[in-house]
Amino acid sequence: MSFDVFADPAIFLVQLLNATQQGLLLFLIASGLTLIFGIMGIINLAHGSFYMVGAYAAYAVAEATGSFWLALPIGVAAGIALGYVLERLLFRFFYERDHLYQVLLTFGLILIFEEVRGMMFGEDTHRALTPEALDFSIPLLGVQSYPAYRLAISVICLLVALGLYLLISRTRLGMMIRAGAYNREMVQALGINITFVYAAVFGLGTGLAALAGLLEAPVASVEPGISGRYLIISFVVVVIGGIGSVKGAFYGALLIGFVDTFAKVIVPEAAGMSVYLLMAAVLLWRPTGLFGRPA
Amino acid sequence: MPSAAPASSPTADFGPALLEAVGIHTFYGASHILHGVDFRIGPGETVGLMGRNGMGKSTLIRSMLGIVPVREGRILAGGQDLTGRPSYQIVRTGIAYVPEGRGIFGNLSVRENLVMSARPAPNGSTDWTLDRVLATFPRLAERLGQAGDQLSGGEQQMLAIGRALMTNPLLLVLDEATEGLAPLIRKEIWRIVRLVRDTGIATLIVDKNVAAVSAITDRNVILVKGTVVFEGASAELDAQPDLKHRYLGV
Ligand SMILES: Nc1ncnc2c1ncn2[C@@H]1O[C@H](COP(=O)(O)OP(=O)(O)OP(=O)(O)O)[C@@H](O)[C@H]1O
Ligand SMILES: [Mg+2]
Repeated sequence: MSFDVFADPAIFLVQLLNATQQGLLLFLIASGLTLIFGIMGIINLAHGSFYMVGAYAAYAVAEATGSFWLALPIGVAAGIALGYVLERLLFRFFYERDHLYQVLLTFGLILIFEEVRGMMFGEDTHRALTPEALDFSIPLLGVQSYPAYRLAISVICLLVALGLYLLISRTRLGMMIRAGAYNREMVQALGINITFVYAAVFGLGTGLAALAGLLEAPVASVEPGISGRYLIISFVVVVIGGIGSVKGAFYGALLIGFVDTFAKVIVPEAAGMSVYLLMAAVLLWRPTGLFGRPA
Repeated sequence: MPSAAPASSPTADFGPALLEAVGIHTFYGASHILHGVDFRIGPGETVGLMGRNGMGKSTLIRSMLGIVPVREGRILAGGQDLTGRPSYQIVRTGIAYVPEGRGIFGNLSVRENLVMSARPAPNGSTDWTLDRVLATFPRLAERLGQAGDQLSGGEQQMLAIGRALMTNPLLLVLDEATEGLAPLIRKEIWRIVRLVRDTGIATLIVDKNVAAVSAITDRNVILVKGTVVFEGASAELDAQPDLKHRYLGV
């Protein structure tokens, strides 16, 4: 165990920024997962595949056009469209089914996504270009410096979180999303096409996961198997935050970002366990998660 | 639209039905609940749907609104055959539903409950605005920011009716709107139901209080075990106490 991280303010600050960035990226993925799980009751193991779609879109588009900023809208649109189409073609038939069927369906989808990825991109490890305008470092307290692009990730994530908050708390679509989580039959009986709301939520969720993949592609490897990179941990976020709560996903993801980042420098031997211990502690304290509605 | 419900006989011509069931059979799993029920309600009409506990009143409503599927028979709304369609399409012909248990979204504020599903009438008119609903239910105006599940039962009922009116309906369906409420609140709900009826909105009323229902309806239908056993004007029903005793237990 080592508490050196607290001795040097510059190192501490770097870790703090890392933790924030990791937590916020995790939020992008987990917020979609919690919406899809909380509102439609779908356990989507393939959620991480949309992260992968985003990452490969970042790599491929940036490679082909030289512009990362062009990859962003293309990748997000691909994530939304793919989610929307899969919802219409597949997921909507599984709302009333047992979770076991959903797990089987989405596990199958992971395999299909992986296979298609292999056919399109092979098994090599790639990395997306860092956008040129942000390819520099910002000096921090003395000798340390911090890549501007990583800061930009956090800023973009925060803006998206704010937009999501406004969408859910201020718009009629947001009201329908929340009302649908509470009593979907009544939403429908009031004249609202809930299937449209569901497809919109699905596309929104998968678009956010793709955005996470896009944003991280220049700073993390784009390689086979990355669909699983955040899958388990984002389910942990959903459980910690409370199923269906975007606010819970936000605080849960940041909490995990911090615990994971600092556990790695303080107790590297046990870092892998830290987030699960956190989850157990939260659930003992609040069985439905931080912001989950009591059953 | 008629300005007030005329005190007329069931044979009066109310025009094409706003909502109609033709020979419907509804099942819950293997249990056969509705046995070939015919029911219709026309513009401006006020109809009572009566019957003891478990006779199928709510099931009839939910079948006509497309919330539970019918196995046989047809559902017509707004002059179209909408059998088998999702409930949102059926109610969009101009129907507002206040369900048994109120169906308030407890996680939405009072204001959000009201505006989420607000829409103009099928003909585009927007008689019922947020302001008008709040003027009708001043208690809701005081609680706009509160969550739905923090309201009292009476306030929730008002919210459910207010939310229904925000859809500018031609037909308001009230399933047990006074159930479980204190006498004073019940009186208030009945006052509002009259007020709504007097604006020309057709109303379909299910309530345990037979006298209160027949006092404001034009026509009443009694269900026994999923079959219509009586249909007639309120005066006709009042003139037959044995009928009320036999079918309604009063
Ligand atoms: N979801 C359901 N699944 C199975 N059976 C049901 C269901 N809902 C109602 N029933 C049964 O269907 C029958 C009709 O119920 P329904 O609720 O339509 O009656 P009701 O006339 O509205 O009664 P109440 O006055 O108690 O509201 C009852 O026997 C009831 O037990
Ligand atoms: Mg009932």
